[in-house]
Amino acid sequence: MGSQPAFRVRSVVPLGDTAVLVEFADQLDPTVNAGIQRLANAIGRRKLPWIRDVVPAIASIAVHINIGITDESDTVEMVRSLVEVCLGDKALPSRAPRPSIVVPVCYDDGFGMDLQEIAERTGLSVDDVVRRHLGSDFRVLMVGFVPGHPYLGGLDPKLAVPRRNAPRLRMPAGTVAIANAQCVVYPYEIPGGWNVVGRTPLRLFDAARPRPSLFEPADEVRFERIVRAQFDQIAKREGTQ
Amino acid sequence: MSARPSTRHPPQVSVERAGVQTTIQDCGRFGYQHLGVVPAGAMDMESMLLANALVGNAPDTATLEMALQGPTLRFACEALIAVAGASYSIRAARGQTVNMMASNRPILLAAGTQVAFDHAPDGARAYLAVAGGFDVPSILGSRCTYVPAGFGGHAGRALKKGDQLALLPQASSLARTRFDSLRKRNSGVVDYASAVTTVRWSVRPSSLSEDEVTLVRFINGRHRALFTAQALQAFESSTYRISPDSNRMGYRMIGPRLERASTRDVLSEPTNLGTVQVPADGSPIVLMADHQTTGGYAKIAEVASADIPRLAQLRPGQQVRFVPCSLAQALALARAARIALATKTQALAWLYEA
Repeated sequence: MGSQPAFRVRSVVPLGDTAVLVEFADQLDPTVNAGIQRLANAIGRRKLPWIRDVVPAIASIAVHINIGITDESDTVEMVRSLVEVCLGDKALPSRAPRPSIVVPVCYDDGFGMDLQEIAERTGLSVDDVVRRHLGSDFRVLMVGFVPGHPYLGGLDPKLAVPRRNAPRLRMPAGTVAIANAQCVVYPYEIPGGWNVVGRTPLRLFDAARPRPSLFEPADEVRFERIVRAQFDQIAKREGTQ
Repeated sequence: MSARPSTRHPPQVSVERAGVQTTIQDCGRFGYQHLGVVPAGAMDMESMLLANALVGNAPDTATLEMALQGPTLRFACEALIAVAGASYSIRAARGQTVNMMASNRPILLAAGTQVAFDHAPDGARAYLAVAGGFDVPSILGSRCTYVPAGFGGHAGRALKKGDQLALLPQASSLARTRFDSLRKRNSGVVDYASAVTTVRWSVRPSSLSEDEVTLVRFINGRHRALFTAQALQAFESSTYRISPDSNRMGYRMIGPRLERASTRDVLSEPTNLGTVQVPADGSPIVLMADHQTTGGYAKIAEVASADIPRLAQLRPGQQVRFVPCSLAQALALARAARIALATKTQALAWLYEA
């Protein structure tokens, strides 16, 4: 890993006295994010008792520390040397690959409320917008904000539109939306300023499932078009409607 | 999203009045922040740990967190309870007998006692621990309630009137053995009529501030360079008031607007308990127990973990002043706070040793 110039520690800074943030870039870069996912996995596999959580993000990693069981007086140095050791490993072990996740999305019936506007801004037809969304190979860059909320990279560059000026206060759970180079799916009814292309009937997060989150960091994701009748059928099964 | 209700044995605590925001809380849920699951847990961890120690429980036993106006509960069985944190007076009633009890001490309740908490003159929240603990399912390794996503605790939400809570099956026998152990050590046990028995001593948390302006220490946030020099100066030199729309997710601060020198967008990245982020309106928000795990607002400061319990005890309208400290100082403060608390909890553990 250390030999790849694109993936290098940019800064190591405290997030208070109970976490340390290791920053690798100040913008989205898929190569950097892939390195972050491998590094987070390598740190997690060590199962160090003083680490409570390892959070891979778009261009950084947070290491949350149980300061009650470590007597170190410099958490930043602790994490910096841990990261150095992990990056020094000949090959960062990747997590056992998971099969790519196929997410059914209904783009019709008003679910894709911003499709027309996206089409106008990109000069594409609505059908083209949908086709390009379906044709994008997504990867989970980060899961955060609320439980199970994925930030997906890999959106077709032709679909890059900025966030909306005024966020909408309540977007339904399952909303699939895009902005700039990313796509998100809302696990719960939350406010959102992204451009809505459709809705999935899947339940994104369920604490009672063996794997509570449908999306995990580094997962590969593809969307699959469904019609309203299929949406209703799946929603019934999932208990999301 | 709903958690399975606990139906393993009959409930022993009836909720006769819910209170403003009463939730089951413990030490929090760790190991899932990479899936967007915040640890949550008690807002004032120090008072929660003390409440558990006061009844001889392990530190991570599930307690009830009450905020501002507390609940009214009826215990069907004998129980050993303690309340730590905000200074609620506790009204214990059984039949015609009514006793006013003080916080921060073990209290043995006879079966059938109604316990009411009203407003606390000092502090914002308190923790009710019961010997043995509340028996709700452990979800992702914790019994704490995470209301924004609707899981953990009792049905994933704050308590409602009419709720029935289960205690561990051995709660009554634990109450008896543990209180007997206090008697054996001759630790100032007082009997009141038939409803309640308590002790003459108390052990207080240190999270209640008596100052008009509470000092909150912080280490520099990583986006300080994005703010104007005036904003950085104003943050450290002004008195902020806690806004009424503060909650378990965050404390909004009312005070000088903090202007950005650069409006450069911040890439969404992990946050932490105590992160002070500044949205576009320029009013700082301190992230509290139920905060979002990642965010794209500029971080001006990070509150020292040792000062979170004191912040958690402040009510809307109360005043704070942010005071800078180094990472080493923040770690030293946390260590000192741990030792001070351990001194209290160990003394209590000895009282309950068989």
